[in-house]
Order: sequence, then structure tokens, then C-alpha cells
Amino acid sequence: MWQESVNVLIYEWLKMPHGEKLSDALNFFIYDTVKILFLLTAIIFAITLLRSYFSTEKVRVYLSKKHEFTGNVLAALFGIITPFCSCSAIPLFLGFLQARIPLGVTFSYLISAPLNNEIAIAMLLTMFGWKVAALYIGFGLLVAIVGGIVIGRMELEKEVLIEVKPINGEITVDEQKIAFSVRLKDAKEYTQDILYKTWIYVLAGVGVGAFIHGYVPTEFIVRVAGADNIFAVPLATLLGVPMYSNAAGVMPLIEVLTSKGMLMGTALSFMMAITALSLPEAMILKRIMSLKLIAIFFGTVTLGIIGVGYLFNAIL
Amino acid sequence: MKIEILGTGCSKCKALEEATKQAVAQSGKFAQIEKVEDIMKIMEYGVMSTPGLVIDGKVVSTGKLLTINEIKELIQAH
Repeated sequence: MWQESVNVLIYEWLKMPHGEKLSDALNFFIYDTVKILFLLTAIIFAITLLRSYFSTEKVRVYLSKKHEFTGNVLAALFGIITPFCSCSAIPLFLGFLQARIPLGVTFSYLISAPLNNEIAIAMLLTMFGWKVAALYIGFGLLVAIVGGIVIGRMELEKEVLIEVKPINGEITVDEQKIAFSVRLKDAKEYTQDILYKTWIYVLAGVGVGAFIHGYVPTEFIVRVAGADNIFAVPLATLLGVPMYSNAAGVMPLIEVLTSKGMLMGTALSFMMAITALSLPEAMILKRIMSLKLIAIFFGTVTLGIIGVGYLFNAIL
Repeated sequence: MKIEILGTGCSKCKALEEATKQAVAQSGKFAQIEKVEDIMKIMEYGVMSTPGLVIDGKVVSTGKLLTINEIKELIQAH
């Protein structure tokens, strides 16, 4: 229905000719940006509202009673439903260790939480549908669980530069009673805040996507990112690592690239590398972790993401 | 009254400090406002999502940029 309205606008009101590159690109641009921004708003609002019922403080109490393996699985799962901001990575990391949560379990959370950020999930649902979103979350969990277990086994506790004093005795959380109307208001404000920060990236992403859509030949993309290039997955991953959580801008690009022949596993690796790892996060963590630990953390996750990309391309 | 803002220097933490100053001024109460940036001190309060707001040693809010009115209510309720 929305596509028809855009068609009317472009071809009848603006009287632009059918089948020309410019009018098609403009049509695609208007259709996509409005659709994305609308769905993005709805999904982020829903996720934020849901997440207001889960706090990292409660998760910490729960995780502190779990053992290694179960702990890793649960930590990765909690990463999906708790709110996370890379600016809180340090207090969160130290807070987990303080509660005697093993280092590996803490890392499972630290990998899963940014990977499952609300913008990435909302964009995935909007652009690729629930199947790809579910695959992204599922494989993301796999990377977080296995990555956390691997790091946990390496006995790297001394690589944490700040001495963490464990809390003695039981850790309790004061249950804050928050009215539903307040939760609604908070979710609305948070959604507005995110939209305000990301709309420009959505526009830019769709704009470049529209350009690729109209002008870059499919053969080129197939050659670089398709099945013929066996190095496409590591290449996409390494490209994604330094990019900082601009899921809003990158997803529209990936949609166009996949529609033109980029393999889905390669696309998944690229998305995960963008969300899970970022240079600014490394700079923040540098204050409490040795370079060695950060390198192992980034290395493990990068390898995991590359593995997931190949695995996915092989299955499909 | 002593109000502490817990934060490691993120933009929301600075905004909360600013809002707190205004809230205190508007409430007409006398309060000492202190920004706590030392991560170990923040940890002692058991806060894991910054910014946090502490009134007289009690954590009243975490991970949220409160509005001036919300802070005023917290000050009054205290």
C-alpha cells in the first residue's frame, strides 16, 4: 500500500518517467526511509518498554549464583533483554567481577549485550524480517557463549588492571516500584532520543543504498562479496570491527548488497562485527584491562564471527 | 543534604549533574552537590549503569537521565 502511494507521488504528481535510474532511485529512497523510520520507532519503543522490567543489577544477583557453563549461557541470554550502553561497560564489568561472577561469564555478557542492541535488532526486523533477525540473535548467542568460555579457560584474571574487592555476603537489590505510565513515558523519551541520533544515518545509508541499487552493477558485488570470493567473510568482518554501532546506517546498505548477490553469512558477519566490537569501546576498556586482554577479547570475538559467517554460508 | 552524581564522564552524566544543580536551586533547599567520577567509589554503591543519583548515601536512580522535575520530587521525598 505504501509502495503504491510512493509510486503515485513519483510518477503522477512529480511526473517523473518510469524505468529511469533517477526516478527509480528516488522512489526507492522515499519508500525505504519512511518505512524504516516508522518501523524503527515502533520496534525500539517496544524493546525499550520490555527492557525496563530487567535491570543489570538484578541480573548480577541472579548470575552470581550460577556456575561456569550455565552462567555463560544465561549471561549471553540476559545480554539480549537488558539495556546496555558502551559508556557503562566499565562499571558493569567491574560490578560483575565484584559479585564473584567468573571472568568468562562476564565476557559472555559483554559480547552479547552490544551485539543485541535495540537499533541493530530493530533494523534487522525492519529490513530482513524475523528469520534473519532470529538467525543473527542465535548465532550472536553462540559467539557470546563460546567466546566467554574460551576466555574463561585462559585464566586471565590478572589481566584486569583494577583490583576488584568482592562484595561480602548476599547482594540485594532494592526493588523500585515504577508505574506503567512512567515506563511508557521513559520508553517514549528514549525512543525519541535514539531517533534523533540515528535518523541522519538511516537517510545516509538508504541514500547510498539507493545509489548502489541504481548504479553499481550486480556482477561487481557478486564478484567481491558473493560465493566466488572465499575471503569475503573475513574481509567483511575486519571491515566491520572499526565501525562504531552505526547499525542504522549500515543495515540499509547491507540489504541492497544482499539483494545484489552478497551472501547472507557474509552480511551477518559484517553486521556482527559492527555491533559487537568497536574501537571506542576498546579505548574505554583500556582503562581497566591490559592490552593483552583486550586483544584476546577482540581476537576471540573476531574469529567467532568469521566462523559463524562461513558456517552460515555453508548451510544455506 | 548531600547529593552525589555517579558517572565516569559520559554525556548523560554531565547532563544529570546540570539538571541536579537546577533542581536544587529550584527546590530552595540547601544541598551539597558532588560529582563522583572515581570508578571504585561508584562500585561501592553497587551501581552498574551510569549515571547514578545518590542522596545522603542512598542510591535513588541508576542508568537514567532524570528531568529537573523528577529530581525535585526525589529531593522532596527524601
